[in-house]
Amino acid sequence: MEDFGMQSPTVMEAGDEVVEVLEVYKTVEEIQEVIVTTIEEDSNTNSPPVASSGPGRKTSQDDNWGETTTAVTGTSEHSLSQEDIVRITKDLEDSVGLDCRRYFTLTLAVIMGLLVFLTPLAFLVLPHLLWPEKLQSCGTACEGLFISVAFKLLILLLAVWALFFRPPRAGLPRVIVFRALLAVLVLLFVVSYWLFYGVRILDSQDENYQGIVQYAVSLVDALLFIHYLAIVLLELRQLQPCFSVCVTRSTDGEMKHYNLGQLSIQRAALAILEHYYCDFPVHNPALLSASKSRAAKHLAGLKVYNVDGEFPAAPAEGPGNNAAAGLAHSQSRAMIAAAARRRDTSHNELYYEEAEHERRVRKRRARLVVAVEEAFTHIKRMQEEEQKKAPGDVMDPREAAQAIFPSMARALQKYLRTTKQQHCHSMESIQQHLAFCITNNMTPKAFLESYLTPGPTLQYSRDHWLARQWTLISEASVTSGLKDGTVFLLKCVDFSLVVTSKKIPYIQMTEEYIDPKSHKFVLRLQSETSV
Amino acid sequence: MEHPKASMSYIPGQPVTAVVQRIQIQKLRQDNNLILGFSIGGGIDQDPGQNPFSGDKTDKGIYVTRITPSGPAQDAGLRMGDKIMQVNGWDMTMVTHDQARKRLTKKSEDVVRLLVTRRSLEEAVKQSMCPKP
Repeated sequence: MEDFGMQSPTVMEAGDEVVEVLEVYKTVEEIQEVIVTTIEEDSNTNSPPVASSGPGRKTSQDDNWGETTTAVTGTSEHSLSQEDIVRITKDLEDSVGLDCRRYFTLTLAVIMGLLVFLTPLAFLVLPHLLWPEKLQSCGTACEGLFISVAFKLLILLLAVWALFFRPPRAGLPRVIVFRALLAVLVLLFVVSYWLFYGVRILDSQDENYQGIVQYAVSLVDALLFIHYLAIVLLELRQLQPCFSVCVTRSTDGEMKHYNLGQLSIQRAALAILEHYYCDFPVHNPALLSASKSRAAKHLAGLKVYNVDGEFPAAPAEGPGNNAAAGLAHSQSRAMIAAAARRRDTSHNELYYEEAEHERRVRKRRARLVVAVEEAFTHIKRMQEEEQKKAPGDVMDPREAAQAIFPSMARALQKYLRTTKQQHCHSMESIQQHLAFCITNNMTPKAFLESYLTPGPTLQYSRDHWLARQWTLISEASVTSGLKDGTVFLLKCVDFSLVVTSKKIPYIQMTEEYIDPKSHKFVLRLQSETSV
Repeated sequence: MEHPKASMSYIPGQPVTAVVQRIQIQKLRQDNNLILGFSIGGGIDQDPGQNPFSGDKTDKGIYVTRITPSGPAQDAGLRMGDKIMQVNGWDMTMVTHDQARKRLTKKSEDVVRLLVTRRSLEEAVKQSMCPKP
């Protein structure tokens, strides 16, 4: 959260020009700066910006305040940024709400399942309970139908368990429309069967038991067909790719393309997130600090002063606002014009800085590779026969990893620091990875690959899968289907993913037959002879 | 007067007509060889599309591709890009490259009389026939 505070202008010394004193403080990144510049004829504290501590400190009229202030820059060791706090509170409050909804839908599904399964059995059992004397005895065909009902119910049970009772992989913002429709359909269906049964069979106490059994069998058949409809709607329909979506990460512009079928926006978002964890390299905020500092330098280069003018301290209501807006407009235009005229050499610095960084990274990488290769030569796998002969100095993989780790630790740490990856890998995780590589006979290069290039988010430890809470921001309803030109955002705490979709065009393919004997060639010469 | 472009190429069934220039080259003796001082390219067994001098890229005639400076050919008035129509009475519009070479380098002859054509000849005749006002 940024906090801009501005105080009313104070006049420094009598007899001098009216000056502007601006106290600007931000709480992002815990850097607090107070920039005060004065225009005075005979003062020696001319123009250099001075940083002072404390946001609520008023500038005193003391002449020596320039010498007695201290500079506070940088962050403390145990700082917690606003983002962390927001994230923790969100995690706490949202976990409760989500569980309620999940349990509600689960109980509803279980109740409906029980209702559906017990209905055919009830149809079969109720006549025996209510009018056993009037009932015709069950012949061979009827008993054959019992077996059929039993097996169909078993198949239906297995199919429903396979399709619906899987561990839920995500909590979507709205109910999946197809599931709701199917539930309603099944409910209507079962209710209508019960109505018919109640009116035509229970009330009239039908004696034809075979008819009742056939009725129950028809119910189970229809339920199996509804299950087939469920498979087609929920699983098969989105398999055929229909849209090509482009996913861009907002912080560093990583872009990937995926093919999706006809899905609602929320289900498409879920599919994209599952791909995100596998395909996108892990989000590293440390790599973005360079561009942020450059942007800050651009802004800090120019300041607009309003000399001999009325500074709009508070935004006026109504028509007076236009004056303030006009003033701000002209100020920004003046800033842009001045920035364009100024001969900026920041591109030069960027170029040399990047070249230097590249060189440093390559040097550290070379040292690291050599150190790791050397470390791996100290370890040798013991064969079975040798194990029995010399049980003295035998180590298991973990101990072996701990033994050779110190020789490469320094080079690895320096490399990770240079590439700003040191917060992704803890020493424990590195040793674990080393033991894993030793166990599986991997080469030093295989061990190093996971450190040389930033891998997908899944590769890192659990606390690095920072965002499990995503927000879907969309202009269209999230249960509406993907269309050509749909744009939506998937926001998590640190960054957001911008998703745009395009329809895959209709492809018209024609064929052309080539006779294998038609491949013939001639020699084309152009010689020149001198006579 | 035939169409200038058509006269340089061969239309099947039609007689070939062209404005030609007679050139007589005296062969020069050089280390037991008789040389004429130019190079030829083209022929019915060659690829006409790669000929830089022909107007019509299906023309398979024999063209002069290089002239030795101050050699017998240049002195006689042969120019680069000329199409050779006849050599000593032998036709050169429908011959293979090797046949052309043989006809030009006969050791028994020390003079060759060529009939050559070039586009500038056609232009010159046309201009002289229809003088500009």
